[in-house]
Amino acid sequence: MFKFLFDRDTWQEVYDSFSKNKLRSILTMVGVWWGILLLIGLLGSAKGLENSFNRLFGDFATNSVFVWGQNTSKPFKGFQEGRRVRLSLSDAKKVEENIEGIEFVVPRNQNQSLVVRNFISGTFTVNGDYPLLDKVQKKNLSHGRFINQNDIDDNKKVVVVSNEVYKQLFEKYKEPIGEYIQINNINFKVIGMFENGNVNMGPTSDMHIPFTTFQHIYNKGDRIGWMMITGKPEYDIKQIEEDSKLLLKNLNKIHPEDKRAFGSFNLGDQFSKMTGFLTGMQFLTWFVGIATLFAGVFAIGNILLITVKERTKEIGVRRALGATPFEIKRQIVVEAVFLTMVAGLFGIITGGWILIGLDAAFGQGEDATIVNASVSIAVVFIALIILVVLGTLIGLIPAFKATSIKPIEALREE
Amino acid sequence: MLKINQLHKSYAIGDSSLHVLKGIDLSVDKGEMVAIMGSSGSGKSTLLNIIGMLDEADSGDYILDELPIKDLTEKKAAVYRNRFLGFIFQSFNLINYKTAVENVALPLYYQGMKRKERHELAMFHLGKVGLADWAKHLPKELSGGQKQRVAIARALAANPKLLLADEPTGALDTKTSHEIMEFIQSLNDEGKTILMVTHEEDIANMCKRIVRLRDGVIMEDKRVEQIRAEQYV
Repeated sequence: MFKFLFDRDTWQEVYDSFSKNKLRSILTMVGVWWGILLLIGLLGSAKGLENSFNRLFGDFATNSVFVWGQNTSKPFKGFQEGRRVRLSLSDAKKVEENIEGIEFVVPRNQNQSLVVRNFISGTFTVNGDYPLLDKVQKKNLSHGRFINQNDIDDNKKVVVVSNEVYKQLFEKYKEPIGEYIQINNINFKVIGMFENGNVNMGPTSDMHIPFTTFQHIYNKGDRIGWMMITGKPEYDIKQIEEDSKLLLKNLNKIHPEDKRAFGSFNLGDQFSKMTGFLTGMQFLTWFVGIATLFAGVFAIGNILLITVKERTKEIGVRRALGATPFEIKRQIVVEAVFLTMVAGLFGIITGGWILIGLDAAFGQGEDATIVNASVSIAVVFIALIILVVLGTLIGLIPAFKATSIKPIEALREE
Repeated sequence: MLKINQLHKSYAIGDSSLHVLKGIDLSVDKGEMVAIMGSSGSGKSTLLNIIGMLDEADSGDYILDELPIKDLTEKKAAVYRNRFLGFIFQSFNLINYKTAVENVALPLYYQGMKRKERHELAMFHLGKVGLADWAKHLPKELSGGQKQRVAIARALAANPKLLLADEPTGALDTKTSHEIMEFIQSLNDEGKTILMVTHEEDIANMCKRIVRLRDGVIMEDKRVEQIRAEQYV
């Protein structure tokens, strides 16, 4: 069989029968080509979308949950229902110390404030933050730096602004770093500027000032607006959310079954929904691609069947000259596999071009919708193996058909 | 060389069956040139097909060169056809997308001969039929007589024991027919055993022996004075 595959005559035969039926062979191959093109194109795009999601969320600790206080809905230990729940820094500290699987707990504060620079003013969301925020929600800084521990310790009046704020308060091309803006009638020095990405998780952030400074200027004392809890990757964020809430209820004398005392937003939960969607899309892609591939291969089988019918007489002559049924079958199967392989390889190459095209059109820049659209070599090999197997199977049908006719009947055919 | 004993063959046609060969006894010696004649439906083609192992007899013996031909698998039949028999058809049956030399080399390909040897041998046989210059031409570029000569070269390529011709001149005009017959006669002169089916009296008379079939039995089996074809050419 090996010798047969490397025999020049084998390929001469394949070439002959191909060149004899050029148009038909090409039309046939279009089916397989299209199938593998779809498979590669779709899988690559799906991968590109996944990559872009990963990039968007990559800077963000996706295994996290936001928890904030609301009003109690059940009386407990002498307290009436409807009591306002306020979280404090000590709560955050206790959560961090006692709950299993926690990576960081980031207490945060937020307020709407009038911000003034020279004669321009606007109302923005001002956040009081620790440097830790930059770890769980990576700020895409274009200028300067984020808040550091020194700022916290010294209650420094410094601010990191978003590019949106900059656009509204500053003249074009004005260097923001070192400039002063007024928040609550207090001058703050701008130390950094960040860009908001496409996807914003949690509350919007226009500007960040040191947590301790926030405490002072808004008179917050120990109270915090909400806390952001991130879990270690191997821990289930749902469980961490449950545990943290229970602990917080205990600390704040709230009924353990009070469902409204704390509000929360589980990012990990949302994220897994998104990745579930991506997985579904990939499954669909495989399904569509392979189904199309099947259709294409069947088209090849169909055409070969017609070809065999047309070549009945030729096959009869060959058998009269001493071709064994096996030799006839082998030849037809080789033709089938060859056609599927060539069509498949073309499909892979053109599919690659499409991915290159997609990358050029949508894959450039920071907020590209499709990032590094690509298909792994393993996938390409799997596709090729599927092609070869299907090509062989489908070639067997016309092959058996060809040899089931007696040579005498084949010769009689006009 | 060839021995046939009480050969029977019938074809099923719908519910009834048609008894085509009703006990044929025939023996052909080496170097003979036999014409099988008969009207259509007399069973002459069926007989040739059975001798050519393209078809199988229902009963009876068939011995080719001391080798009993029976219970053939398709594979075995293919090998025997390739080694022992050369076919010449009425409609030439050349493969139309292969050149003359490739057509001639085809039986050698199925023998598993190497490409180069095959080509040399095929060229030799093409030369014998006088078409060496036409080796690279496709069948459609050849005249009827040339096509038949290519077919003869192909039949000879594997050096068969027996040459079977089914109306070899049926599709040719008289002049070309005589040229082909002249060539076939010269092959016979060299010692090839030839069996041919024809319904043309003058072609049959160019053989050395005529076997007449009617309704599946041999009516007449006689030796004739061979008329040489070259006198017409």
